[in-house]
Amino acid sequence: MKNEDLYNYVLRLGDDSLILGQRLGEWCGHGPILEEDIAMTNISLDLIGQAMSLLDYAGVLDGQGKDHDALAFLRFENEYRNALLLEQPNGDFANTMMRQFLFDAFRKPLYEKLLESTDMQIAAIAEKSLKETRYHLKHTSEWVIRLGDGTDESHQRAQTALDLLWRYTDELFFQTEEDTTLISLGMVPSMSEIKAEWSKTVLSVLEEATLVIPTNNWQFEGGRRGMHSEHLGFLLADLQYMQRAYPNMKW
Amino acid sequence: MVTKESILSWLDEVCDPEIPVLSLADLGVLRGVEYLNDEWQITITPTYSGCPAMKTMEDDILLKLKEHGVEAKVHLVLSPAWTTDWLSESGRKKLKDFGIAPPENEVDKSVLFAAQTVVPCPRCNSRETKMVSQFGSTACKAHYQCLICSEPFDYFKCLK
Ligand SMILES: [Zn+2]
Repeated sequence: MKNEDLYNYVLRLGDDSLILGQRLGEWCGHGPILEEDIAMTNISLDLIGQAMSLLDYAGVLDGQGKDHDALAFLRFENEYRNALLLEQPNGDFANTMMRQFLFDAFRKPLYEKLLESTDMQIAAIAEKSLKETRYHLKHTSEWVIRLGDGTDESHQRAQTALDLLWRYTDELFFQTEEDTTLISLGMVPSMSEIKAEWSKTVLSVLEEATLVIPTNNWQFEGGRRGMHSEHLGFLLADLQYMQRAYPNMKW
Repeated sequence: MVTKESILSWLDEVCDPEIPVLSLADLGVLRGVEYLNDEWQITITPTYSGCPAMKTMEDDILLKLKEHGVEAKVHLVLSPAWTTDWLSESGRKKLKDFGIAPPENEVDKSVLFAAQTVVPCPRCNSRETKMVSQFGSTACKAHYQCLICSEPFDYFKCLK
């Protein structure tokens, strides 16, 4: 392998985008209103597009001639490196928006830092993806506020979503021993910087939304090491079905 | 002899499959035409990462050049990232005539809760319009409605 440390890093980014993109796509035709149906599938499309760029690059770093399709469709569950947050079921609209918001608030500062990466391809993907991610964060922040500071029911649903998803947020900032090498080479930023930015955005939006961070701060992790919740297998069964049933089929 | 000018003029006939009045040059997606290693090298950049029209655009370019007996390679580059500033003047006009409001100069997207941009109605030019959704019929468009003539319209949203 050409660069295993960077491969693992890029794979995590690509898997986050792919799995969340697939989850959001499940809303297609089921959105609470037409505009939101379109918004969620648009965001899904951006994420799948970013996943294609990221997984293609992971394939290059791997050096075995794998493209994004090979990485998306032909890996097993324990080979995925996405954070647990992203494979969680959609739940209701508030839950989907909260999950997306917590992720967008993480992705935006990450891409902002990756813009300065000494690795040209990572910097290029970040440059392209950042513009889209800003749109997403704007959209989801507004929804979190509207739902939290809305009716009794929407507030309750948004708070329940936050209570449920908060336990998966620490894992977003997972950093390995090998990442420190990449950080010292200026290829990727340190996660502590990203977490500081994330906290700032999340706290200000949640305050505006009159939502409170749960006091129970027990955090789950595992996805970054390939230890997933029971939900990922079902998602992959759906995602990979065609390639597994008809190997090498093309549209 | 095939020149860069002739390639460019042929490619002028290749349009965005989703907005058929815009050529790839108008859209700013066509980034370069170069003769290198005994082959024409065409460089394009996506409007949005997941834009499903990119593959069609690539095929259409190759098909158009083939009609003129030219073999080429198409390269997709991500940086510098596409911006609506690359939309040509004639492209903006064609959009409006087609019923799609061209991008307005908007405030920085990184600012949350910024005031909304005024997007004039492409039908009656009224400035009294409202955004229905930030996300429209394709990744590059938002959905608006005119409060004067009631026309629902697409807005080619600003991306910087
Ligand atoms: Zn009007």
